[in-house]
Amino acid sequence: MTQGLDPAAPADPFDPGAEAAAATSAILASTLRGTARGVVVDSPPGAGKSTLVVRAARELAASGEQLMIVAQTNAQVDDLADRLATADPELPVGRLHGTDSPPDPVLDRHAQVAKSTSVADLRDRAVVIATAAKWAYVKDVEPWRHAIVDEAYQMRSDALLQVAGLFERALFVGDPGQLDPFSVVGAEQWAGLSWDPSASAVVTLLAHNPGLPQHRLPVSWRLPASAAPLVSRAFYPYTPFRSGTGHGDRRLAFGVPGDGSGPDRVLDEAAESGWGLLELPARHTPRTDPEAVRAVAAVVRRLLDRGGVTYSERGPQPAPLTADRIAVGTAHRDQAAAVRTALAAAGVPAGPGGVAVDTANRLQGREFDVTVVLHPLSGRPDATAFHLETGRLCVLTSRHRHACIVVCRAGVPELLDEHPSSEPVRLGVTVKFPDGWEANHAVLAHLAEHRVPWRP
Amino acid sequence: MSLMNVLARAEAVAAGRAVPAATVRHRRIAERPLVLVPLTTAGEAGAPLGAMVGTDRAEPTLLVVPQPLDRELRFAFFAGLAAAVLPVVDAYADEVETEPATKNREEVEVCADAPQIVVPNSAALDYVRLLGRSTRYLRTVEDPDAPHPVPVPVPLLGRWLTHYAERARTPGSSLLVAMTELLTRHWATGQSAMEDQHLGALLGWIDPPDGLDGGSAAARAQTGRGPDGLLLSPPAGPATDPVFDNRVLAPALERYDAARSAGATGPMRVAEADVRRLVASQLRPTWDDVWHGVDLLRALPEGAHVEERWKRDRWSFTGHRDRLRAGEPPQPRRDDAVTAAQKLAGRETAQARLYAQEALDDPLVMAARRLAGEAFTGTVLSVEMTWSEGRRPMPRPLLTLTTPDLPQADPATRAYRALPGAKSAQTAEVVSLTPAPGVPAQRGAGGAPAEGPSAAGGGPAAADVPPAAGPAPAAEPQSGPLWQVVVRLTGGMGTGKTPREGSVPEPGDRVTFTLFAHDQRGGPALPEAEATPWTHGGPPQARETAVPEAPDTATAEDFL
Amino acid sequence: MSTTHHTLRERLAALRGPGTAPRPLDARALAALAANPGCRRRALMDAAGVDKGAVAEALGAPARFGQSRFAFSRGHAFEARVKADGCAELLRLLGAEGARAQVPDLAAAGPEGRTARTRLALAEAPRGGWTLLDHPLLAVEVAGSTVFLEPDAVAVAPDGSWTVVEIKSFPILDGAADAMKVGAAARQAAVYVLALDAVEAGRARSAILLVCPKDFSNLPTAESVDVRKQLAVTRRQLARLTRIEEIAAALPEAVTFDPAAPRPELTAAVDAVPAAYAPECLSSCELAFHCRARAREADAVDALGRALRSDLGDLTTLASVRAASCSTAPTADPAVAALRRAAALRAEALAAATGGPA
Repeated sequence: MTQGLDPAAPADPFDPGAEAAAATSAILASTLRGTARGVVVDSPPGAGKSTLVVRAARELAASGEQLMIVAQTNAQVDDLADRLATADPELPVGRLHGTDSPPDPVLDRHAQVAKSTSVADLRDRAVVIATAAKWAYVKDVEPWRHAIVDEAYQMRSDALLQVAGLFERALFVGDPGQLDPFSVVGAEQWAGLSWDPSASAVVTLLAHNPGLPQHRLPVSWRLPASAAPLVSRAFYPYTPFRSGTGHGDRRLAFGVPGDGSGPDRVLDEAAESGWGLLELPARHTPRTDPEAVRAVAAVVRRLLDRGGVTYSERGPQPAPLTADRIAVGTAHRDQAAAVRTALAAAGVPAGPGGVAVDTANRLQGREFDVTVVLHPLSGRPDATAFHLETGRLCVLTSRHRHACIVVCRAGVPELLDEHPSSEPVRLGVTVKFPDGWEANHAVLAHLAEHRVPWRP
Repeated sequence: MSLMNVLARAEAVAAGRAVPAATVRHRRIAERPLVLVPLTTAGEAGAPLGAMVGTDRAEPTLLVVPQPLDRELRFAFFAGLAAAVLPVVDAYADEVETEPATKNREEVEVCADAPQIVVPNSAALDYVRLLGRSTRYLRTVEDPDAPHPVPVPVPLLGRWLTHYAERARTPGSSLLVAMTELLTRHWATGQSAMEDQHLGALLGWIDPPDGLDGGSAAARAQTGRGPDGLLLSPPAGPATDPVFDNRVLAPALERYDAARSAGATGPMRVAEADVRRLVASQLRPTWDDVWHGVDLLRALPEGAHVEERWKRDRWSFTGHRDRLRAGEPPQPRRDDAVTAAQKLAGRETAQARLYAQEALDDPLVMAARRLAGEAFTGTVLSVEMTWSEGRRPMPRPLLTLTTPDLPQADPATRAYRALPGAKSAQTAEVVSLTPAPGVPAQRGAGGAPAEGPSAAGGGPAAADVPPAAGPAPAAEPQSGPLWQVVVRLTGGMGTGKTPREGSVPEPGDRVTFTLFAHDQRGGPALPEAEATPWTHGGPPQARETAVPEAPDTATAEDFL
Repeated sequence: MSTTHHTLRERLAALRGPGTAPRPLDARALAALAANPGCRRRALMDAAGVDKGAVAEALGAPARFGQSRFAFSRGHAFEARVKADGCAELLRLLGAEGARAQVPDLAAAGPEGRTARTRLALAEAPRGGWTLLDHPLLAVEVAGSTVFLEPDAVAVAPDGSWTVVEIKSFPILDGAADAMKVGAAARQAAVYVLALDAVEAGRARSAILLVCPKDFSNLPTAESVDVRKQLAVTRRQLARLTRIEEIAAALPEAVTFDPAAPRPELTAAVDAVPAAYAPECLSSCELAFHCRARAREADAVDALGRALRSDLGDLTTLASVRAASCSTAPTADPAVAALRRAAALRAEALAAATGGPA
């Protein structure tokens, strides 16, 4: 099934480990020994971005450089600080935080992590880490020699403007395929300007510094061989990547055979092929379509009831598919709330320790074994820019290690075809590829091969 | 579009006229607004055809360009507009109030009031921006090298119009407003938002003339033509009706051109008067419509926070006055990186502020927020006093409320409550959210709960019918399930161990919490333009900041 | 089944009316297609080359479109300026200032002749130099019939690549232009690129040159516009037009859109094809006023805007929306429940404002 999907012919001796290692050493060489002020790394879903950040931070620190790290959310900052401290228990880490947002207590287990609301308390730390929003308040300090900017594609240009004076050189790491930053007010008047404050930080950076070295991580360790070609082709057409595992390396199996119902059939299809589309009859529905919400809950319920187990390259023993390894992704918060209620009614634990049910925005950067997605366009009478956004579908279809099951009403291809194409075009703005409309068509065409029609 | 708005439009269709979309007025309407109705020449970016302008509805100033392609006549129009607008601006520049000093700044003066400009629609607002752009770099008669100088006030007009148009991009500002936007903010019609852009049709829905319903009045305004083939209600501009252009205006302009090139002064005057009369015939209905809109809006009581936002407009006006007085160059063609970021941040703050203030000022807006799960109103069932841990325990009362609203709040989400008489909102956090006991509640707005583990293949129809939902015994307007929300108050109770009098509601009280903050703090300061970092191209070239921008390259011929 | 073995082409000619020449798929038709690709009425009538403006007039619901003479003459004067002196300005904008270009004569009899002449000129354009085709005529097959298109110009570069040139009279002011107008120009140009691909695939560049007046002057300036997105969409939309056959097949044999037909007959014919009216049609489709009146008669939610439908689910009429908002029976439909809640909240707020408890 590699009909032209894979960037290279199936016969080539692709060694994912070697490819990824080569990319990583090139990146580290650029960062540690290069002369450019910035290095940009594009990382597709699950390509080891965090690992790279931790490694680069440790090597920079080891070379005696003081380093600042910029991430976008407090959760990301806490996660990175935890990983850094775990990887190198000797490394003195400073966690800079706001008065209203105390760090995650999980950091308390690392004695080497100092926490403060004032950067002056942390200046002796080899690595200081904070959100971009917190860094923006740091003024009148000697600039750091090095910075790492994480999730740089989700950072807005104006946020980078606020912090770029704090460092001399920086490594920018991020996933260009996820959700773009946005502004709640119009920013059209700056469209086409290289420093458009509402654009992504990386777009501005590269517009002003076109010669910066750009690298990419070529291997997704998360996405299985069944998913990487589709995700790469639909969302990263000009920067293809491969799966780090082969077709036989991952397997999803159930202890209990299917009962012939729609949810069970789509689970069997997904276990077999990595993808499943549970298609409900065409109908226009409000966002919290009760049938679709119940179908999502039923699929999750059966995933657990049928004793799912996963086999992977991580070890010879199968791992039980527990609730915390499953996520449900939606476009809207009220849909997520409706799914949580339906799961609760079905006796499935949701939330911390249970099934993660959240919107695409909040699932960004996370990883699960199996994901169940309520398609953003399911039941809609019209598509909007929000529902068509490429990054939304990309996040939802690239969180899984084993299988992704999409629940959707029939009729979405027709909806896409009938979608007006009268978008404005702004001069001087680089066209973002791929277009959400096209990416949606590509994903649906693929899902159609794994379709299980079901009338609940 | 929100469901509240959908419902309002459906009601307007049934009622045959517009229905309220607000219960108070959310924008300032000045005592003497300056109304400006501009018209442009089709196909020409920088060629105005005419305008009606003034603060007295009975006596508008009429400006007409008898040949819009002629540079001299165009410049004369700009001079006429400057003469109509600048004295109004000047009248506000010197009447000031003194703002007392604060921790961060010295005592300053702020203009006691500011002139407000009202245009018919958002296209006219954009046209004001265009007028500002086309005039602010023009060379004046004071410049000996200028090939086509304009009177001294013209570039000054350009700078004021530019400032007003830029300020209009700040959410909630009222210095320059479009009548269609004001009206659609306050009324919902029985037509689409796109059709609402037509001022005549919009007014037809809001205030139909006797004997007509909203739909018919709107239809007449949109498409009704007289026996001469011209629209009864000409478009509110700045574009004109092509039929008017082709059938009436073009021949009149030709007569003017012919008389002028023949050097016939008399016929030229006659032809010019003709053009004036024609252009006035297209402007006057819109002029009257704008004032009609002003009357309708004035009848609404002003929202409580409008004055506060207007004060920010006064600051903006004062700031520009000071820049002019300091001899600063005209606004650049495009913002530098720091200015752009500053403007965006300011507008985002203003948007959040407006979002909160409109809801606090207007129960109808708050209703929409409640429907969207961003606020909840409920009755206090019980209050349990608890205190924070630590050396100085602070009151942290737990309120249990029942509400028909379903807030989109996870535990620990922050909530805010307006405290009468207090400067800032009382803070709280959501502790739990559960269906109220004894009342069947379903999340997802009424979806029946799934029937348990085996629901997958379960009876299709049966699962859709919830148990009979009896009316709940509550003071709330009951239209669905009730929820029980527990919130912990975390602030606004003074500094003592005992909460300040009246700061904690009592059982039976009706309270409203919002999940959005009521005040907005400005963000951190941006770097100075000279400190623009390398990621954003470094500091702007000295040339760009010190020397005013060059004038535009002009068409070589005297005619566009 | 009667004796209907005529081709789709014949069927479309019959729909157009006897002796009526087909209207080309012009910029307006393309705009209507972009604004409402799902409308079968528009799709069929455009594919048949029906003069929708004349039909609307005959139905008593004329369109408001019309072009001002001023805009028209401005457009012509500007294009003439760009193409004056052997297209000297155009060459400058193409980055070949001072170069000379061949400007072949494309005149020929009839659209087929002109298309053939254009093909020949493209084939004969010498490598190593510039060739500019002034108003070439291109053809694309749409829904079984040939549609002719006339770009403002096509430039053949020394490297043999073809660039579509669109000359518009809206200004580029400080490097920016009206984004809606640029979008329309990009979609229009994308169709030309597709037509050029039909001549020889891969020769036409997917970046077109948009030529506009600079700021407030009549001096031309240009920007390159990447139309890959528009190409993908248009390619798919034109491919879907082949479903015209199905739409036509569903119509009774005698149906005709001949504007000369009696009004009741014409009305019935138009109404026989389902429309998908949305307010956006008012600015792009000649039939919009007729369709709007029909949508309003049907009490359709769509008449108030596409965006309104998104939370309404199955409710498609305004009456059903109002009924749902004041219903009381238990419901499992979230749309009904939300409307009820909205109505209760709205009533409560309005009561509070008119003297109720504050």
